[in-house]
Amino acid sequence: MTAEATIPASAAGASSEPLLRTDTLRVHFPITEGILFERRVGAVRAVDGVSLEVRRGETLGLVGESGCGKSTFARAVIRLVDATEGSIHFDGTDVTRLTGDPLRRMRRRMQMIFQDPYASLNPRMTIGSMLAEPLRVHGLAKGEQAMKRARELIEIVGLPRNALNRYPHEFSGGQRQRAGIARALAVQPEFIAADEAVSALDVSIQAQIVNLLSQLQSEFNLTYLFIAHDLSVVRHISDRIAVMYLGEVVELSPSRELYERPLHPYTVALVSAVPIPDPKVESKRKRMILRGDVPSPANPPSGCRFHTRCWLRRELGDPERCTVETPELRQLAPEHGVACHFAEELAGNERRDQLVTAAAAHSNVRDTDADEPAKPTGASAAPASDPDSFFPGDVSHH
Amino acid sequence: MSRTAPDPEALLSVRDLEVTFGSGDRVVHAVNGISYDLAPGETLGIVGESGCGKSVSSLAIMRLLPKPAARVRSGSVILEGQDLLDLSDEEMRRIRGDQMAMIFQDPMTSLNPVLPIERQLTEVLETHRKLKRSGAVDRAVELLELVGIPAAKNRLRDYPHQFSGGMRQRVMIAIALACDPQLLIADEPTTALDVTIQAQILELMRTAVTERGTALILITHDLGVVAGMAQRINVMYAGHIVERATTDELYGRPRHPYTVGLLRSIPRLDEGRGELVPIQGQPPDLSRQIIGCPFADRCFNVLDRCREEMPPLEQAPSAADEHLVACWNPAEGERLVPSGFESELAS
Repeated sequence: MTAEATIPASAAGASSEPLLRTDTLRVHFPITEGILFERRVGAVRAVDGVSLEVRRGETLGLVGESGCGKSTFARAVIRLVDATEGSIHFDGTDVTRLTGDPLRRMRRRMQMIFQDPYASLNPRMTIGSMLAEPLRVHGLAKGEQAMKRARELIEIVGLPRNALNRYPHEFSGGQRQRAGIARALAVQPEFIAADEAVSALDVSIQAQIVNLLSQLQSEFNLTYLFIAHDLSVVRHISDRIAVMYLGEVVELSPSRELYERPLHPYTVALVSAVPIPDPKVESKRKRMILRGDVPSPANPPSGCRFHTRCWLRRELGDPERCTVETPELRQLAPEHGVACHFAEELAGNERRDQLVTAAAAHSNVRDTDADEPAKPTGASAAPASDPDSFFPGDVSHH
Repeated sequence: MSRTAPDPEALLSVRDLEVTFGSGDRVVHAVNGISYDLAPGETLGIVGESGCGKSVSSLAIMRLLPKPAARVRSGSVILEGQDLLDLSDEEMRRIRGDQMAMIFQDPMTSLNPVLPIERQLTEVLETHRKLKRSGAVDRAVELLELVGIPAAKNRLRDYPHQFSGGMRQRVMIAIALACDPQLLIADEPTTALDVTIQAQILELMRTAVTERGTALILITHDLGVVAGMAQRINVMYAGHIVERATTDELYGRPRHPYTVGLLRSIPRLDEGRGELVPIQGQPPDLSRQIIGCPFADRCFNVLDRCREEMPPLEQAPSAADEHLVACWNPAEGERLVPSGFESELAS
């Protein structure tokens, strides 16, 4: 496994049709009231108009905070939830409304590694039979051959040899996640959506799995949609990264550029919030601390959805455009798109540093909202939350 | 180190602490004789992977281990000259929440879901500070403001489920700080939170402990989080402290092969796409007796001696003062550059 091998043959695939393509994909979950006669009173706009391409052999990373729609997006492209609007093309075929046998055949080609392996593994099946089952169902191997492959798979993912005859509950959370990965790999799919696949693992084990995923990718020319909240891991494994916020892609960039030249104010904040395991670097970093929580996707802010927490908007004197006009994802550099009206402000390194420094200084003093009384000095460095923002499920306190 | 007397200057001195779970045939040796000191106002990071004993040792300090499943076999935990392990439950209750407090990973399970947060804040104040009801409520509002909960007065009657994850963790911190403890133990306080919220909470904790001179033990698996928070770090593996040094020294010149392995296995956001070097194998089964160093089977520097005798935690050769390592054959301590990084720069 060399460093070069982790950069897949995406250059060759770039000119051809992408393996997966979504066009203004929307997934809305209805909010209903009443018991017998459910009335629709609104919708959680989990994914709200996402157009992305995943090229053959590449890893597209998808990052964002809880509730930004990244998992729902993955579930929609794998056809585990139905798209409300828009389309999904896999290998040139429109799979948005596929059903029955064609859907089943397609499913062998696209697999998913889930976030919670305890919920996705059958508690009454041994790991061995769980790994052999998809091989039999899809006619890939049976009997002794399937068990041989199962043994191979558990070795690959680092489970003990006797795991074949054991049940999911006998394993630790980390080991269960390995079993989930082994199962996804069993049918040798072309496309794998990995949803927080390594998040539950300890760092030393996580590195093993990340390397394993890279190794398998170059071996079988796999295409990954890699979802995680850990930006360091995503950047490590991905060729390109899409940053999501409240159901929308706000930035799409080659992974190297995302850290070096983030163009969206949300990405800037996200990147600066990721701790770096080096005290020398940490002590010098400017911390851009966002105020408040992510607003509810059932009732997203108007205009740019990030405007309620946006530090750049504050630095620019709260321009009205942010609250009324929704920014489109536009290309500012080769392969680098951003959905922000004022992204040009962040394009130059010097100007960006200036703005970030100013905003970081402000985030230390302006800890409360203007309409609130000043707090005792003790709290001056503590960032306060926007009282208007609340999580889905949170009850407003007004 | 284990035989040295507790440092009279220290706020907390842990000596030879040993904790096991279970009995009879299956005894899990969770903590195997750890010793360390914590100075007043110091922030100590305890890092290690699942099952290394970092949480269990801290629960032992708080005397919160489940009984009778867990047993403290030996050792002492001396807080301001007093051995906590000798105290009765009643005496311990008077100290917990007053002189020492703890914050857990998941505030949803550590806050009481059927009580408004006001009651949970005032309870600790009424118990330890003997405040009257109205005084306690005023103080509760102050505390909520201190941890950055907007419109604090209006939120007193709210229940934990009415707060977001980050806000719940702020409430937990407010409760923990209520009586101005000298020692705060935070067990993975930001692991369940999103990264931008994590940054808020870390900033809050940093400010709170600095202003009040509270000593903090920060337990985490995240080497990034401690890098920006702790002055000193204990690295734990299989119930042992295998390395202990100041933060700069530990990251700059790691000596234990396990620490080196950990630092090589994490991707860094600020560096290129070099290859990760995972630690081979898995942590040992702590229900089996381990002879010698528990890391020997995964170690790149292993000697025959490692499989026979557990190395003591001692001053590392040619290292800065108080850089302790438990290894017969420590790494050289070169500054780590992820392998493959140079080749990427060249490409």
